Amino acid sequence: MMNTAGHPMLKTHGLSKSFTLHLQGGTTMPVLENVELTVNSGECVVLSGPSGAGKSTLMRSLYGNYRVGQGSILIRHRDDWVDLAQADPRRILAVRRDTLGYVSQFLRVVPRVPTIEIVAEALTIRGADHAEAITRARSLLLRLNLPERLHGLPPATFSGGEQQRVNLARGFIGGHPILLLDEPTASLDAINRDAVVGLVAEAKAAGTAILGIVHDTPTRDAIADRLFKLYPAQMAAA
Amino acid sequence: MTLPLLEAHDLQLNFGSIRALDHVSMALWPGEVLAIVGESGSGKTTLLKVLSGSESPDHGQVLYRDPELALHDVHAMAAPRLRALHRSDWGFVQQNPRDALRMGVSAGGNVGERLMAQGARHYGSIRSSALDWLREVEIDPQRIDDLPRTFSGGMLQRLQIARTLATHPRLVFMDEPTGGLDVSVQARLLDLIRSLVSRLGLAVILVTHDIAVARLLAGRILVMRRGQVVETGLTDQVLDDPQHPYTQLLVSSVLQA
Amino acid sequence: MNGYNFAYLDEPTKRMIRRAILKAVAIPGHQVPFGAREMPLPYGWGTGGIQVTAAILGADDVLKVIDQGADDTTNAVSIRRFFSRVAGVETTTRTRDASVIQTRHRIPETPLRDDQILVYQVPLPEPLAKLEPSRAETKQMHALADYGLMHVKLYEDIARFGHVTISYDYPVMVNDRYLMSPSPIPAFDTLKMNRMPALQLFGAGREKRIYAVPPYTTVRPLDFDDHPFALIRAPHACTLCGATNSYLDEVVTDDRGGRMFICSDTDYCADRRGDAASEGDAA
Repeated sequence: MMNTAGHPMLKTHGLSKSFTLHLQGGTTMPVLENVELTVNSGECVVLSGPSGAGKSTLMRSLYGNYRVGQGSILIRHRDDWVDLAQADPRRILAVRRDTLGYVSQFLRVVPRVPTIEIVAEALTIRGADHAEAITRARSLLLRLNLPERLHGLPPATFSGGEQQRVNLARGFIGGHPILLLDEPTASLDAINRDAVVGLVAEAKAAGTAILGIVHDTPTRDAIADRLFKLYPAQMAAA
Repeated sequence: MTLPLLEAHDLQLNFGSIRALDHVSMALWPGEVLAIVGESGSGKTTLLKVLSGSESPDHGQVLYRDPELALHDVHAMAAPRLRALHRSDWGFVQQNPRDALRMGVSAGGNVGERLMAQGARHYGSIRSSALDWLREVEIDPQRIDDLPRTFSGGMLQRLQIARTLATHPRLVFMDEPTGGLDVSVQARLLDLIRSLVSRLGLAVILVTHDIAVARLLAGRILVMRRGQVVETGLTDQVLDDPQHPYTQLLVSSVLQA
Repeated sequence: MNGYNFAYLDEPTKRMIRRAILKAVAIPGHQVPFGAREMPLPYGWGTGGIQVTAAILGADDVLKVIDQGADDTTNAVSIRRFFSRVAGVETTTRTRDASVIQTRHRIPETPLRDDQILVYQVPLPEPLAKLEPSRAETKQMHALADYGLMHVKLYEDIARFGHVTISYDYPVMVNDRYLMSPSPIPAFDTLKMNRMPALQLFGAGREKRIYAVPPYTTVRPLDFDDHPFALIRAPHACTLCGATNSYLDEVVTDDRGGRMFICSDTDYCADRRGDAASEGDAA
C-alpha cells in the first residue's frame, strides 16, 4: 500500500548525535551517525534495528527534544522547510504546535487535570473551539476503548495501558501533518492495538507522514509501508 | 515576526565581591513563559528584581516594549511611570502571598485595589470585576467580603493571582509562586496558572528552584549558576538533554516520584 | 507681658514656621515638616494650631478660638486667654468679627471671608496612616498621587455597611492633587472647605507637620461615582434657634432618656436667636 503521491515532509541529512556525560568524567557516547532519512506524506515508516541502535534517540532528536550535534532535520512546516537542528526554541514550539505531533511512552501532564481536558487541550492550543475539542476528544477516547466514566478523572491513577491511550488520543486529535509514534502500542492489548492500527490508517489516508518505533510484529506489519534500519554507532574510543 | 516584550542586555551586578549577575542577556516574547532556574544564591531572584526594575544593575539595560511598540529603558524610567507600569501592564506574584496582600482588607478589596489605583471609581463595576476574578481563580465568590486571614495558603496564593491579573497585565513576574505549599495544593495552583496563562496570553517570567514546575509551565528555560546563564533553550530539551555539566547535575539531582 | 516675645514664640521660630506655611500654601494639601516647639500645654490640646496662630498673629488681629464649635469650652477659653496675655490681641466669639479663627474639630457655620484665616488643630496629619503604617510608603504614595488604597477603605465600608461610614476626618483631595486629612471635623463640614474664600492652615504639633488650603481652592471628598459623598446630619431642628441647616450636638437632659439637639456652633446659634455673643469671654 505505498502511497506514490507522497511528497517529503521530513528529511534528515548527516544527522549525528552523541551524549557527553559530564558527571561521568566527560565520557562521550555517540548514538547516531550520519542518519539519512526521508518520510513522505501519507506513508508510515517504522524504525528497526537492535536495542541500543538509537531509535528512541532519533525520535526525540526529530521532535527537538534532544539537541543534535551535527546535520540537519528538515521539517515541512506550512510552506517552508524548517531545520529543527538550527531553529530557535520559539520556532520549534510553533512547529510542534502546528506540524509535528508526538506520542511518547510516558504521559507527562499537570496533576489534577481531567483526562478529557488533557486530550482537548492539544486541539485548543491550535485555536480550536473548546466545546468542539471536547466533543472530538470524547469520541477519540471512546474509540480507544477508554470508557466515559474515566474522562473526567486525571490520568495519574490510570493503568499503563489507559495512560498510553490518553497519550494516543492526545497525539492523534491534533491532526498534525507529521506524527512521531514512540512505541504507541507497548502496553496495549490486541483490541486496542487494532484501534491504533485503524487510527494510523486514517491518518495516512489523510496524508499524514508517520514515523514510528513499533516492537510488536503484528502492529508493525499492519501499519508500516517500509522499515528504516538503524545501526549502533561506533564508540569513539573503541 | 513579533518583537520581544522585554529584553535584557549584558546585565552585571556585584554585591561586594559577589557576582550576582555576570553578563546576563535575555529576551521574552509576548505570550511566552520563561523559567529561570538555579539553586539558591544562583542569582535568579536578583535577575527577577533587576528585570522588574526594583533593583538597578551596575551595567546593562532592561528594555520594555509597550503595546504601541515604543521601547522603554526600565531603569531610566521616572518612578511614577515605573510604578504605573507595575500596576497596569505588569504584575508581580510573590512567593509569600502575605507580602503582597493586605491581610486586613477583604478579598474583594484586595482584588479591587489595583483597579482603584488605576483610577476605577465605580463601586459596582469594581465589585463585579472582583467577583469575576475570584471565580476565575476558583475562590467561592461568596467569600468576597471575608478577610484573607481566614483563607488557606493555597487560597491566599490564588487571591494574590486574582489581584495581580485584575488589571489585565501583559507581563507577570512570578517568584517561586508554588513554593511553601503542600504538594496537592501546588498541583491545583500549577494547573490554574497554566490555564490562565494560556487563555489570557500572558507573558511570564517565572523564578523557581523546582525544575518540575518549570517543565510544566515554561516553554523556555534559563539555567543560572553564580550569576551566569549557563544554559538556555527549549525547556524539555534543556531538561532532557542538558549540555552543561551544572545542568546535568541539577537534572540528575531531582528525586523521581 | 514681660519676659515673653510677642505671641510667645521667638522671632526666628516664627520665621521658620512662616516659611513652612508659605511652602504649604504653595503646594496645597502637601504636608510640610517643621520644627515644632514645646508649648506650655500638652500634646493633643492644640500645640500645632497654637504655633501656627502665634506665627501669623499681628497686633491688630482679632482672634476667635473654638473647640467643637463652642467658644466656651476649656480648651477654647484657655487658648484665647493665652494669646490675649502673650500677644495682647483682641479676642472675640463672633465669627464675623474675627480675623484669625483657631479651631478644633469644626468649621463655623457662618461663611468665612477672604480677609479671614482659619487655623485647624490637627492630631494626625497623615490621611493614609491608618491604612499604611510605613511613613516612607505613604510619602511615596503622595509623591506619585497613588491613592488607590484610600479608595480601598471606602470600598470596604460600602461592602460591609452599604455606605461610607467615615463620619469625621473625611479624606479629601486638594486641588485634585494631594490627599489630605481635614482634621477631625465632621464629614458635614467637608464641603465648606471647597473654594473657601478664607485661607485654611493646618498645624500638627506632635507630628510636626503644617499644611494649607489657599483661598478658593478645590477640595473634594473622596467617593465613588455610584456612591457619591453624602452629607450626614441629625434629622432635627436646633431646640434653641430652630436651625435646620446647622451641625447639631445631642445633649442628654436627664436620666430618663430626655435629650435635645442644639447647634454645635454656639456663636451661630446665639446670632440666630438675636442675642449678644455669649459671655464666656472675660479674659
